[in-house]
Amino acid sequence: MQSFSSLLLSLRSGFDSGFIYSSGVVWYFCRSCLQSDQLLTSHSLTQKREKASVQRGRGKKESAPNLLCGRLIIIEDIVTQIQDETDGVPIRTVKSFMTKIPSVVTGADIVQWLMKNLCMEDPAEAMHIGSLIAAQGYFFPISDHVLALKDDGTFYRFQAPYFWPSNCWEPENTDYAIYLCKRTMQNKTRLELADYEAENLARLQRAFARKWEFIYMQAEAQVKKKDKTERKILDSQERAFWDVHRPVVSLRLSTLDYLLFAVSTNSDSCHLLFQILFLNTQLDRHCMKMSKVADSLIMYTEQYMEYDPLVTALEPANPWASDDPSFWDLEASKEPSQPRVKKWGFSLEEALKDPAGQELFLKFLESEFSSENLRFWLAVQDLKRMPQQEVAQRAQDIWTEFLAEGAPSSINLDSHSYERTSQNLKDPGRYSYEDAQDHIYKLMKSDSYTRFLRSNVYQDLLMAKKKVRAIYLSSTHRSTSVYLLCFFKYTI
Amino acid sequence: MACQGLQKGETLASLKTESDGLKKKLEVERGKLNDVELHQVAEKTEVLGALSIKTRRVLKGHGAKVLCMDWCKDKRRLVSSSQVRTSTDLWTREHGVSLPCTWVMACAYAPSGCAVACGGLDNKCSVIPLSLDKDENLAAKKKSVAMHTNYVSGCTFTNSDMQMLTSSGDGTCALWDVESGQLLQSFHGHTADVLSLDLAPSETGNTFVSGGCDRKANVWDMRSGQNIQSFESHESDINCVKYYPSGDAFASASDDATCRFYDLRADREVAVYQKDSIVFGASTVDFSLSGRLLFAGYNDYTINAWDVLKGNRVSILFGHENRVSRVKLSPDGTAICSASWDNTLRIWA
Repeated sequence: MQSFSSLLLSLRSGFDSGFIYSSGVVWYFCRSCLQSDQLLTSHSLTQKREKASVQRGRGKKESAPNLLCGRLIIIEDIVTQIQDETDGVPIRTVKSFMTKIPSVVTGADIVQWLMKNLCMEDPAEAMHIGSLIAAQGYFFPISDHVLALKDDGTFYRFQAPYFWPSNCWEPENTDYAIYLCKRTMQNKTRLELADYEAENLARLQRAFARKWEFIYMQAEAQVKKKDKTERKILDSQERAFWDVHRPVVSLRLSTLDYLLFAVSTNSDSCHLLFQILFLNTQLDRHCMKMSKVADSLIMYTEQYMEYDPLVTALEPANPWASDDPSFWDLEASKEPSQPRVKKWGFSLEEALKDPAGQELFLKFLESEFSSENLRFWLAVQDLKRMPQQEVAQRAQDIWTEFLAEGAPSSINLDSHSYERTSQNLKDPGRYSYEDAQDHIYKLMKSDSYTRFLRSNVYQDLLMAKKKVRAIYLSSTHRSTSVYLLCFFKYTI
Repeated sequence: MACQGLQKGETLASLKTESDGLKKKLEVERGKLNDVELHQVAEKTEVLGALSIKTRRVLKGHGAKVLCMDWCKDKRRLVSSSQVRTSTDLWTREHGVSLPCTWVMACAYAPSGCAVACGGLDNKCSVIPLSLDKDENLAAKKKSVAMHTNYVSGCTFTNSDMQMLTSSGDGTCALWDVESGQLLQSFHGHTADVLSLDLAPSETGNTFVSGGCDRKANVWDMRSGQNIQSFESHESDINCVKYYPSGDAFASASDDATCRFYDLRADREVAVYQKDSIVFGASTVDFSLSGRLLFAGYNDYTINAWDVLKGNRVSILFGHENRVSRVKLSPDGTAICSASWDNTLRIWA
């Protein structure tokens, strides 16, 4: 679930209302409940509610039965209700040029129905919502393939529940191949394949060359249908299904995943709806047992206790207590102390956090010719810290340096992450490389880092430091001057 | 994810029932994993020796209650904010410079050490660049970054000087681009004022935790604005939240006189730090470097040091003569700084 404000920004402007839905859950929103700067909380919704209802209601009584207004609706409830025999739109068979067009309804009828039942005053709003429902494939125009709702005499047909998105369709290319094959078997000009479909068919024929006979047989078997009218309806529904799942261009609106609906004036139900959604996601979360958690916390704390100045006495002493900054001088020096070097072995994160550790690890990677991984990781960290204006350019630069074909510091990404990343780069942002960065980090952690800890560079430093430190301690002496906080200067 | 639709005629009440039902179900599910208490497992840990933590410095000079402070990464400078009768002073000790900002409730040092952010009752959070020139007119350089519709209760820079996270009395948290003042992401979910926030310590993480007057502590994903986890076990306003050093858990301080410890992996409260003798609200918490100690400042003028694992109080730090408003560990863990309504700051080590 995206936050409200980002969803609102993706609403078409000029509408008084919008809708939120995710996987079939829908609720309807009234924009006049919102603050003008679009910073919204359910708290402020309560405050604005009275104002909004005065603005819109104007004392009008809602005409009964307003079945869907003011409630949580599943988008499929709308679609079911709209087809209801008594309260829905008139679905009928229309005579045209010697043929009968079965089971259709006009766009205007749908718009009227939506306006009445979802409390909209503006037909443009109804068209907008209707188009978004159509884009999901719940109803479709029988003549062309533009999945949008028009407020005129265009005929629409409802999709069979079998094909509804809530059945979580992930149709395979073999099914698509069978379908395109079927289309070519029907000798009617108006069912001819469109250009993109012909191209798709050619591609699939090459991909499935070896099992094309099988596909052809399936198609043949399916073409034998029963009743002519039934076949007409089923064919058009199947066509609409593939218009959604194999569209001519990728026009699955990203806003579709988060269409904004809301319960009209009732912000309490809105708040509860979010609660319910949230609780459902929490139930799906996999949690750790307390015993494991306790062990993990204890292990972490015990590992770091020797580094905790407030728990373990420091060597040299805590500057605040002894008024002697030797401890800080040591930390700031180019030569990291043994405990510090030891800490780099706790986790990759610790090693990278310390500039000296990071430097050593980079040197080690250079010796293994895999330094581009760390450099990539550092570049992406840097990207996330840039001012907004510079983000897009920097993201491009990173692509050129590390991921493009023939890149100078080419990193090794699995094809899935690579695909995702190149998709993200179409709209570059500071999080475009999250997947890739994660992948590379895991790679470094499991592979290079473990070797680093066993390497001579690291081990020598670890052992050497022990000796150096002993020497240091025996020869140092405490300074007796008093340091006040005001006069501390940062020395490099 | 299934969320069943309502049939005709269902109302607000049924939504409430569904929500309550899910809450109970969640409790039961989580309860199944609660096979042992933290302090029980911690019994095998060595008992802490007596702490030798004392006041090492007292910083006077504020003319009024000190509301907030933050350390600089160089571990020697700090910024603190106070509420003087007519205007608010904000300064860094090294320079002794008074920075212009009214009604400051939150202040933060930029990671580079070159700027300071402050915000409060002016509903804004501004960034002021620092310079070594004492005579420079810093008031002119102040830049408004965050705009909320209510007071700003907390602010922090993310890993760079370029982004800032704020929490506000308007119930939201927000992520801002400092240079342009653009709102990058907003976080909605609290139903009352948000009083505190803390960024996860991990270099690779993108989350933060916030606590508010709705008694909830929420964990957020900075990238998507989503509320990832929520914890509701306090009995009153949460004044302060702070991550445990590993980033897997966090602690909270509340007006209900307790501090609580929550683990993100177990998705539950794992410890409560309370005593019958402690009746005043806790306003602030911070962990020691290893996470073994939890320092909490209270409205009864004391700071209590708790053993995080075993759950008992290890030490009481006396010294302040009024409420403790903020407690913060220095970046290298060598000291704790406390700010108080008695107009002073104390460094403890």
